[in-house]
Amino acid sequence: MAIWLTENSKIIVQGMTGGEGTKHTRRMLASGARVVGGVNARKAGTTHEGLPVFGTVVEAVKETGADVSVVFVPPAFTKDAVKEAIDAEIPLCVVITEGVPIHDTTEFWAYAVAKGNKTRIIGPNCPGIASPGASNAGIIPADITTAGRIGLVSKSGTLTYQLMYELRDFGFSTAVGIGGDPVIGTTHIDALQAFQDDPATDAIVMIGEIGGDAEERAAAYIEQHVTKPVVAYVAGFTAPEGKTMGHAGAIVSGSAGTAQAKKEALEKVGVRVGKTPSETARLMREVMQAR
Amino acid sequence: MDLFEHQAKELFAEYGIPVPRGIVAHTVEEARAAAEQLTGRVVVKAQVKTGGRGKAGGVKVADDAADAEQKATQILGMDIKGHTVHKVLIEEASAIAEEYYFSFLLDRANRTFLAICSAAGGMDIEEVAHSAPEKVAKIPVSPLDGVDRARAREIAEAGGLPAAALDGAAELIEKLWAAFVDEDASLVEVNPMILSADGQVKALDGKVTLDDNATFRQSDHAALEDKAAEDPLEAAAKAKDLNYVKLDGSVGIIGNGAGLVMSTLDVVAYAGEAFPGQPKPANFLDIGGGASAEVMAAGLEIIISDPSVKSIFVNVFGGITACDAVANGIVSAFQLLESRGEAVSRPLVVRLDGNNAELGRQILADARLSGVELVDTMDDAAKRAAELAAVGA
Repeated sequence: MAIWLTENSKIIVQGMTGGEGTKHTRRMLASGARVVGGVNARKAGTTHEGLPVFGTVVEAVKETGADVSVVFVPPAFTKDAVKEAIDAEIPLCVVITEGVPIHDTTEFWAYAVAKGNKTRIIGPNCPGIASPGASNAGIIPADITTAGRIGLVSKSGTLTYQLMYELRDFGFSTAVGIGGDPVIGTTHIDALQAFQDDPATDAIVMIGEIGGDAEERAAAYIEQHVTKPVVAYVAGFTAPEGKTMGHAGAIVSGSAGTAQAKKEALEKVGVRVGKTPSETARLMREVMQAR
Repeated sequence: MDLFEHQAKELFAEYGIPVPRGIVAHTVEEARAAAEQLTGRVVVKAQVKTGGRGKAGGVKVADDAADAEQKATQILGMDIKGHTVHKVLIEEASAIAEEYYFSFLLDRANRTFLAICSAAGGMDIEEVAHSAPEKVAKIPVSPLDGVDRARAREIAEAGGLPAAALDGAAELIEKLWAAFVDEDASLVEVNPMILSADGQVKALDGKVTLDDNATFRQSDHAALEDKAAEDPLEAAAKAKDLNYVKLDGSVGIIGNGAGLVMSTLDVVAYAGEAFPGQPKPANFLDIGGGASAEVMAAGLEIIISDPSVKSIFVNVFGGITACDAVANGIVSAFQLLESRGEAVSRPLVVRLDGNNAELGRQILADARLSGVELVDTMDDAAKRAAELAAVGA
């Protein structure tokens, strides 16, 4: 078992015929994920990478029974692509696209809420979700590690890979990259809740970054609802105030949002916080070995 | 991107929002001329992209042109929280009856927009929000609903604005929402929004933050950039489409993925504490999750052109792009730079992990690039890079 993405998940790719879409469709297929088609209104009826291309998400879902969509369309078209996925009521929509304007993300999020939150949105600006050995929706390299019993949720892509790599001998149930933008669909809290409820997950790695107060809110949630061990890492202790560090969300303003404040909030509720990625891996190793 | 007050007000004016007449001056002579043109009492306002300007003495009222010249002399060149004042806004003085606070901004936690309105405006809004939160109305605004005149009026009422100001405030708020949406802003703030003695509601100050992700549909925003204040290395990196931020240390950093690079900055800073002079990162440079050879070369070129760099740490986790490709990228970057006579003259510590790491390390070992050291783990590599920076300092 895993959260949100299993071996039975059927994936369609919005923007499959583009460069990134093509490359990662191939990678997902090679990893064994069940990619069943793509969407591109201008290429409907053709095939690409051996898969059917549909004109709309609704049509793709109807024809293939897809329950996951991965979005690779350029930033200018992302809002409409996600709204289309929401209209099709596809259960999971993973938005890989980087550089989506904040007004667009806020709008498609409001749209999802207005439509009753039938579609779980992950991202934008995220590496996607991988359940090693079962399925892979997005750009997380499939061969870093095998299936195991650690769950991971992270704002950062390469830090996700780093921790998966360091803990590859234990393996992962699911790794979710939620993205580093100021507004995202799935939050740390959503993933913590799902991992807490997942019988195949024993412990959780949470990776945060400076900016916002998502980690502080996650800490409050952990205190109330999470009984499984959580080990955390926060990047950006030495980041200067007022400078954006790549992720639009990673900017420190004033005292709120600092790595130190996040670390303290997490430690206060019993979460062990690593000073570096390798120390974080060591802490998780201790947790898993003690089981 | 944050705008200067005068840019924010020019933007407001385009949307029909009432603002005082004003002229930007870069010199005391220009300040005097501006005051002469405006006639009467004027306000001389430092143009800096930081708050607390008034308290720092960056805003002064002048009675006439000669006084404006004198006040501008005091303000131009002043340092406000690390920002040097290079220009002032000379603005007609307004007869203020009351001061209010208003803003639209992104509410990250609730994933929606927020209108903040208070009858208790002026410099100390943060203090009011802290000590008397009931005086500050925070009203969620859905992007699906937007703000029309009626909604704007409700917001103004919720903020406790008096009846005399409601019509004017509602009009201003509605127009400000249009600016917020149409310009792809993540913040528009008017503090103070004033009721003038003659009953007009005006924006007396303006703070605007524009979304850099929206530049593809906001072509006129590029002209608003403050090129003069840009770090030359950051400007060069931007021209190469690199995600680079100049910092004040001596260890050049290249990594892939924003999170990993931020983490690398931390690990290097920790490692540096053990060495003389406590070397710190010289920059943030994210060559992207893909980490291609071309981008690696462009990144190395920027880093070696920074004279404060004493050592370089390349920290890559091979994911989508395997480590052998990254290693080849480093080798070709060296060749490319050498052929241009810009040899990498500082020691380079490389840590490669992940996809095809062994192969990548082998490629680098075989290439025997001068000054390049391979270290297995991120922590040890950070230590070595810090040590080399300490030695080279």
